[in-house]
Amino acid sequence: MLNNHARLVHFFSVAKQVGGRKKLQKMIYILQKCQMPFAEKFEFHFYGPYSEELTLRVEELCNLHLITENKEDKGNYFRYNYEITPEGIGFVEQFDLDMPDFSQHVELLQAKSSRFLELVSTMCYFDTLARHEVEAKVHTVKPKQKYTDEEIAEAWDFIDMLQKGLAVSAQS
Amino acid sequence: MAYKDEQLHEEKVFKDPVHRYVHVRDRVIWDLIATPEFQRLRRIKQLGTTYLTFHGAEHSRFNHSLGVYEIVRRILFNFEDRPNWDESERLLSLCAALLHDLGHGPFSHSFEKIFNLDHEAFTQKIITGDTYVNRILERVEPGFSQKVADVIAKTYENKLVVSLISSQIDADRMDYLQRDAYYTGVSYGHFDMERILRVMRPTDDQVVIKQSGMHAVEDYIMSRYQMYWQVYFHPVTRSAEVILTKILHRAKDLYKEGYAFRLEPQHFITFFEEKVALEDYLRLDESIVYYYFQLWQEEEDAILSDLCERFMNRRLFKYVEFNPLLQIQEWMELHGLFQKAGIDPVYYLEVDSSSDLPYDFYRPGEEGERLPIHLLLPGGELKELSRNSDIVEAISGKRRTDHKLYFPADTLAACTDDEIKHRIYEILYGQGGKTHAE
Repeated sequence: MLNNHARLVHFFSVAKQVGGRKKLQKMIYILQKCQMPFAEKFEFHFYGPYSEELTLRVEELCNLHLITENKEDKGNYFRYNYEITPEGIGFVEQFDLDMPDFSQHVELLQAKSSRFLELVSTMCYFDTLARHEVEAKVHTVKPKQKYTDEEIAEAWDFIDMLQKGLAVSAQS
Repeated sequence: MAYKDEQLHEEKVFKDPVHRYVHVRDRVIWDLIATPEFQRLRRIKQLGTTYLTFHGAEHSRFNHSLGVYEIVRRILFNFEDRPNWDESERLLSLCAALLHDLGHGPFSHSFEKIFNLDHEAFTQKIITGDTYVNRILERVEPGFSQKVADVIAKTYENKLVVSLISSQIDADRMDYLQRDAYYTGVSYGHFDMERILRVMRPTDDQVVIKQSGMHAVEDYIMSRYQMYWQVYFHPVTRSAEVILTKILHRAKDLYKEGYAFRLEPQHFITFFEEKVALEDYLRLDESIVYYYFQLWQEEEDAILSDLCERFMNRRLFKYVEFNPLLQIQEWMELHGLFQKAGIDPVYYLEVDSSSDLPYDFYRPGEEGERLPIHLLLPGGELKELSRNSDIVEAISGKRRTDHKLYFPADTLAACTDDEIKHRIYEILYGQGGKTHAE
């Protein structure tokens, strides 16, 4: 009961603040790909992996005042920022979640742009393919983003680093 | 003539209560409909447990799949000779529309949750694996089955083709809203689809709507909103879904404990072990599930037999509104009280939230997290729907969400410990709850 909600609130307690809905979607998806036990179901959409279940659950958390959503005017678009509330901290303390420590992952993800995370999550989505097939797929499904070879190489390094990070926290 | 171009000597039609007729001329489509994998969809209800609330809702995934195909066929008829539409993508679009739900199993949502399955993954496997469907698609041209699978997975290079069956105004939704409204008998869910089809325009990567068609789209968005709350999220349907999930959960737990079922549940074993092969998946349909539920009513395990009897005879759980923030302590206390009363809370107490449902609202996609519906303005500019429509803006703003607590009121009423029963009633119904419950 509500364990999936509690896991998300726990994520916000680790992340403190998340800048943007797209970034939130990609962060949870990448964490899921790093074997973190988030249950939300993702499908491929126009902008990469997206979970309607996650969107709805975040709305529920906002309506329960466990997290807050603030609309920020960025000039040519609005960005929705999320932050945990004291009620959220109290809520999650009542659950025995047994979550691995993913604070390092979150720190790494927070430092990246949502464009970059869109690339990483798309590459992770096709993780059953060979590397060269993944790269071809990125250009097929995201022609308008025009990702460069340098960005793709950086994304591979980033994925490797996340996987190594997982190994470190699993050992500790 | 190449197989992909073969036409039937005479057009075939299926009489359909929603679209009047479904027209088939392509040999490939006719052959796909005849495959065992597609015929299996006749034995899977479109709305799962909703028939326990709206008794007319017995329609199948087969009806719906034909409906989606028919809508795409009509859209493409209107697209002929329009800029941005590549006629060589026609057969691919029709095949993807027809087969988009091929991987659905019986009561998909509950099965996926308990057995860790993914119906989209099975759709891919059926289309690209060793199946009748695959053999037909590969006759069209080598690699064609993968293209169909890519369109359904939304990873195909031509996004316009993808958007026909997977966007916020697609053939899938337009069919299920109307079909579900028709079969449930509700007065919501109706909109002027013919008008929408006439104002749809292909662009390089999506279908857009001419501005003059905005009001027809508003109606469609309103239908979607009303159907969500009135049909898809009906609390009684959710109660049946909760019991169904608990049956599967209990049966799986018993199997893991080595319980000796009276009849070996052969069809379920790979599901219990979470090692489901494609052939196991394809042979499980609703008729098989009902067969086991019927048998399990006679099982020695009191929980399994009770849950099955409840589901088969519509003796559902009752519900109360639940606020997870304010009532989390009470929830924990309820767990203890149920145990003391001899009612296992694992199988008889559940909180169900709006996010547990596989349906969605319209999303304006302000941050590019999801592609919205775009209106095509007279000058050729595109504008997101809610920026032009006050109605859509109003219902795509702050969301209504909901949590309900489900429990077996009849079992509680039979509890002989008055003190425990009184406290449970107090939590469920508030102060004076006993009076309320009685």
